[in-house]
Amino acid sequence: MSATTDPKRGGFQLSQLIYDTRYRSMTIQIVALVFFLLGLGWLLNNAAQNLAALDKGLSFGFLGEAAGYDVNQKLVEYHNQMSHGRAALVGVLNTLLVAVLGCILATFLGVIIGVLRLSNNWVVARIMTFYIEMFRNVPVLLWIVLAMAIFIENLPAPKSFRGDDASMWFSETVAVTNQGIFIPRIMGTDYWWLFGVAIVVSVFFWRGINKWASDKQDRSGLRPSTWLIRLVALLLPVLVVYFATTAFTSGHQRDFLVRSTTAVASLDEIKAGKRPDLCFVGGSTSSLNASRVLEKFDIKYRRKKYVTHGGALEGFISGKCSMLSIADADMDQVMADVKENINGDGVLSAVSVDFTTGRALQIDYPALPAKGIPRFEGGTHIRGSLIALTLALALYTAAFIAEIVRAGIMAINKGQSEAAFALGLRPNRTMNLVVLPQALRVIIPPLISNYLNLTKNSSLAIAVGYMDITGTLGGITLNQTGREMESLLILMAIYLAISLTISSIMNWYNESVKLRER
Amino acid sequence: MSNIGYVRTKMLPEQVPPSSAVGPIKWIRENLFSSVLNTILTVLSVFFLYYVLAIVLPWVWNGSWTAGSLKECREVIAAAAGEYASEHGHGAACWSVIRERYLQLIYGFYPAEEYWRPNLTFALMLVALLPILFSNLPRKMLWFSAVYPFVAFWLLWGGSIFTPLGVMIGFVLGYALMLLMGKRFGSIVGTICAIMAPILWWSLAVGPIDTALSGVVAGMRAESYPAKLERSVSELAAINDVDGSMRFKLTAKRTLLSAFAQIDPARASVVEAKQSLVSAKAQGATADQIDVAETAVERAVSSLRRFKNEAGRVGLDPVESAKFGGFMLSIIIGVSGIVLSLPLGVLLALGRQTNLFIVKTLCVGFIEFIRGVPLITLLFVASTLLNYFLPPGTTFDIILRVVIMVTLFAAAYMAEVIRGGLAALPTGQYEAADALGLDYWKATRLIIMPQALKISIPGIVSTFIGLFKDTTLVSIIGLLDPIGLTANIRADANWNGIVWELYGFIALMFFVFCFGMSRYSMYLERKLKTGH
Repeated sequence: MSATTDPKRGGFQLSQLIYDTRYRSMTIQIVALVFFLLGLGWLLNNAAQNLAALDKGLSFGFLGEAAGYDVNQKLVEYHNQMSHGRAALVGVLNTLLVAVLGCILATFLGVIIGVLRLSNNWVVARIMTFYIEMFRNVPVLLWIVLAMAIFIENLPAPKSFRGDDASMWFSETVAVTNQGIFIPRIMGTDYWWLFGVAIVVSVFFWRGINKWASDKQDRSGLRPSTWLIRLVALLLPVLVVYFATTAFTSGHQRDFLVRSTTAVASLDEIKAGKRPDLCFVGGSTSSLNASRVLEKFDIKYRRKKYVTHGGALEGFISGKCSMLSIADADMDQVMADVKENINGDGVLSAVSVDFTTGRALQIDYPALPAKGIPRFEGGTHIRGSLIALTLALALYTAAFIAEIVRAGIMAINKGQSEAAFALGLRPNRTMNLVVLPQALRVIIPPLISNYLNLTKNSSLAIAVGYMDITGTLGGITLNQTGREMESLLILMAIYLAISLTISSIMNWYNESVKLRER
Repeated sequence: MSNIGYVRTKMLPEQVPPSSAVGPIKWIRENLFSSVLNTILTVLSVFFLYYVLAIVLPWVWNGSWTAGSLKECREVIAAAAGEYASEHGHGAACWSVIRERYLQLIYGFYPAEEYWRPNLTFALMLVALLPILFSNLPRKMLWFSAVYPFVAFWLLWGGSIFTPLGVMIGFVLGYALMLLMGKRFGSIVGTICAIMAPILWWSLAVGPIDTALSGVVAGMRAESYPAKLERSVSELAAINDVDGSMRFKLTAKRTLLSAFAQIDPARASVVEAKQSLVSAKAQGATADQIDVAETAVERAVSSLRRFKNEAGRVGLDPVESAKFGGFMLSIIIGVSGIVLSLPLGVLLALGRQTNLFIVKTLCVGFIEFIRGVPLITLLFVASTLLNYFLPPGTTFDIILRVVIMVTLFAAAYMAEVIRGGLAALPTGQYEAADALGLDYWKATRLIIMPQALKISIPGIVSTFIGLFKDTTLVSIIGLLDPIGLTANIRADANWNGIVWELYGFIALMFFVFCFGMSRYSMYLERKLKTGH
């Protein structure tokens, strides 16, 4: 701007710092930086003084201390003697669980609603508009607490399943209670990961067959019919794994390690005594076999679930339960181990049972014990808080996603689909090959930013008592240890890490679908 | 030509179109039954609508407005509807909970005799908003809008009028210095002065001046105290008359009379009197005696409080932040956040667009950090951590802390929206401003911002709506916004188990606010549209 005037001669003058455009931006930046650093220094100095006055310096040592509180939903092994760091990990996994479930459900609903809102059916379009406006204009927190309140107030308590007030759904397999939904659970062998491998192999085959068919079509113009061979490719690996693992699992005898006041020689004696607690590993055939044994002998027991065998053993040693199911062959070794480490009194005895059976996959149904505290046992317990939170977040975010989908579809020029029709493409191929690839380019970036919002909104879990990372690290850990500064720093860092990961994926995607222009 | 017989000489009159191609029938055919799928959809959705409305409408309409508790309400409704309700289980709404608690849902625990203050604040807010929202009103009304924040603060929180006046004078001072020094020593010096002077004024001068003025006023009013104190003391003495066994200390009388400055010890003796009341209860004083004594203590306490508060104050009774709640709180936080976050967001957006590396880095870091964390963590910072960052010994109000955090949060989002607007402007606009010889601030103020803001209106308004909805999060850190109050109400034995009525009412209120805002943004877009 002022490039036409020559700089003054006679060396550098101080006023040039302000009036000379060559130096001015530097001056402004340095002034800004100095102010910023002064402000930051002032804040940090205050914080240091305040913390010193309270006699608590900045220290992350509390993460290693025993947490002392229980978390009701845990995806990894956790009990209250484990560290605060472990509790935070449980919280992170719970956050991710609700985020993933919520995103899937929200996308599903959002796409349907967005498409229906564009429908030329007047009534349907109006209903969808109403849905979108209703959910967008009311706070998500209200939807969350409302969902939870409806859940608690309107569904039957487990107690009422004893009488005729309530009954289970789908021929006694699913129980919908105000504590959550209990669904049957598939229990796999200890080698359940083989099923994962089988599915990967299936996908691999499937794609291979598709590629082979496309190649053939390219060469001959005719596409071979592949549905039968694809079906085989889909089922075969899973079936192979199923039968192989069944053959392997079946015939492995389970024995029990029992701790009681007197020595026990058979299961009948346990039955006569008071109800035992069984430490078991969730979702494994071994524990399924064990429970089948107990059921056959008509023994009522309480379940203490663990994720690994080591955890179950530790639980037994620390006295959490009085029974442990062990493979026949390992009994002597385990017995010796336990004897060495056990604390508390009680007599250890190994009970051998002659009961060998088992398939690779079994279904464990939830059931309400006839006596005692009304609490469903077995199956998978999907907690009310998880359902309420996921549902509310998904319904809320779906309203935003619907608008994104609508905008994306409307952004595609009508000429595009007309041109595709003119080329002779059928409607669904037009959609798949012409409209969707272009619409997705518009839809995906805001869609992912909505996923991000959903993930951040999942922190409202604390309002319904769902133990996500905000509930564990930012809630109980913070209150128990009084380490506000450290807890909140870690909490923010975790959310930042999640956000930055998601947004870097978004950037990568944007880069890969960007229109290549000259 | 007229002899050519087959040429029609007279036009036939236009025929009416077939009934299926015009009017409602055409509309119905096109919009509801254009294909088999559409017909199925129509039938299904009409059935769905009927199903929902058949439940909702009678539920809303037959609701009870008079019952005193949920149980009573259910009984009333069951009696009114007879067998039908119990069979179908939907019954009707218990609107009486709203009737009983609507004041609480609006004002929280704000003292009832002071309701006029939030009411007036709200009415004045509308007046202050009018010239901003509608440009065809006289521009002079903007002066009121500028003064309004201080008026609103004073009305809501009460207390001495000198405090908001002092703060306002700080702003005036800053502005005046910017003009004065700017003219004299250039804009950078002016800006620095405009920032530094008010901060110094607020931190050093406002407090002492307030105390001094209050002292002067207290001195002027001192003559009227003794009479009031005497009355309060006789009330206290009444307690002694009730039961001699109560070890109420008569020293309170002396301390009361001694001086205004020693009212605090007097209050301590009232507390003691209360304790001795408890022991008297244990010793078996009759219910009547206790009753009289209790009222006397209450009255003495409140008159003492009045003395202490009123002594040197020119202004209104102060109301603590803990008493704020309901929609009043949502609106306070929401509106302050909206008003403060827009300018901050503009500055951040400009900072992110500039080519000054350090400024840009700071702005980008701030924006990305805030956008990466959930608001609730920032609110935790406000409730537990913010006081750590202040000089030892200072605390400041929780609502203020929340407003600061909410503002910072919204500002980061606002900055991104406005950055979008800035990026959408053609480069020609910037170059034209340069060509006219405008400096950076003039170009921004006169050319860039008006256009960028216009482009970003939808985004700005949706950020506003998001901010207003997010005010409900304060319930998690223990403030009593409407959702925080629902926990209170549902914990009440009378209303234990109420769900739809309460949340429905709150949802409706939020819907009205947010939907109103989005409609206003559409109006604004249409009004500002300059294209063809």
